[in-house]
Amino acid sequence: MTVTTGQEAFDTLIAAKQKIEPRDWMPEEYRRTMIRQIAQHAHSEVIGQQPEGNWITRAPSLRRKAILVAKVQDEAGHGLYLYSACETLGVARDELNELLHNGRQKYSSIFNYPTLSWADMGAIGWLVDGAAITNQVALTRTSYGPYARAMIRICKEESFHQRQGYEIMLTLARGTEAQKDMAQDALDRWWWPSLAMFGPPDDQSPHTEQSMRWGIKVETNDQLRQRFVDMTVPQAQFLGLEIPDPELAWNEERGHYDFGDIDWEDFWEVVKGNGPCNRDRIAHKVKAWEDGAWVREAALAHAAKRSAAAEPTANTVNAANTVNAANKELS
Amino acid sequence: MSYDVPRMAGEVDPELGGRRTGYPLWEVFVRADRGLTHVHAGSVHAPDAETAIQSARDVYTRRNEGVSIWVVPSSAIRASDPDAKGDWFDDDKPYRHPTFYEIPEEVGHM
Ligand SMILES: [Fe+2]
Ligand SMILES: [Fe+2]
Repeated sequence: MTVTTGQEAFDTLIAAKQKIEPRDWMPEEYRRTMIRQIAQHAHSEVIGQQPEGNWITRAPSLRRKAILVAKVQDEAGHGLYLYSACETLGVARDELNELLHNGRQKYSSIFNYPTLSWADMGAIGWLVDGAAITNQVALTRTSYGPYARAMIRICKEESFHQRQGYEIMLTLARGTEAQKDMAQDALDRWWWPSLAMFGPPDDQSPHTEQSMRWGIKVETNDQLRQRFVDMTVPQAQFLGLEIPDPELAWNEERGHYDFGDIDWEDFWEVVKGNGPCNRDRIAHKVKAWEDGAWVREAALAHAAKRSAAAEPTANTVNAANTVNAANKELS
Repeated sequence: MSYDVPRMAGEVDPELGGRRTGYPLWEVFVRADRGLTHVHAGSVHAPDAETAIQSARDVYTRRNEGVSIWVVPSSAIRASDPDAKGDWFDDDKPYRHPTFYEIPEEVGHM
């Protein structure tokens, strides 16, 4: 029998496009990269509830309100699937919470923009969830098993998010002049941040290569961004809305849409914490966590009391055994 | 890529020790329908089993994914040695599989 080292076994699995599972040996750097990516993905889902949660009480109809509640609840669920995937790498939930609260771990910058009108609920579902789907479908093939499984669950649920957003846009686009303007304004504000969601261009992403070699990333930022643009432009045309990019044009030769340059300076400013809503988002999250502290303490105290009361004493166990033995003899 | 935050210059990963505090962890098993087995769906944090079942319902069965839920304290799970694959799960007895046996075609489907 040949003895294989952890590294060899890991390399073989990656080369065979097999999944890495929690108890497998993995390079320390793989584990770190995975923890960082899954945690930030989880944080994004959780913080991502806020921009839309902002409109729940002002949804224009009961139907829209029920849909929005269901969508925001899904995002909470996505966060929880991902936190539990992250915990399989030996991190504790409370640690991840703490790192989000103190800013050592971040969440997607897209959630640092404000939701100014109802049309933003449409634009977010259509564009932000649309960009997320493009990315997450690729991630269902990622090499870490628990992450890939979480992605499959999430992708099944995301489709409704995008469709309900597009439906809102369609309704507004077919509405009054003012409603159409509102839809156009939302598209104007969300288009560029949505494209930036895919991350810096490939030639400025020094970690992409390693992530691709480890099967963590399956496609590059630019490939995914292009796919999103190609998919979304015809949808905007159907709405009769205009994408705010004068350079946007079909390129016959490439078989893709060309598009203008993304403002990366603005992007990095938001990553650094200087976006319009960075401070509010974290303050809101920390407040919710702190306000809930007494509930968590009470629940734990209650559980401890109950399990102490239920602890069978030696006498009751003996009594139960005697009854069991008697029953057996009778049967 | 989306939901992934690019590394900033000089960013250092925090040290993580897996310090366990707060609610204990529960593994969740969901039975999709009558006649099927319970299958592992994921995990939840909860103070006790009842709350764990409630959270599991909210997290893992929002779209009719199940008719029954089990929760088990994660600390109660014991696993086989992940490195023992070769010796433990061997498959060097082909005669345990139906394809090992040749049945003349005339006999028909068996
Ligand atoms: Fe999500
Ligand atoms: Fe979503």
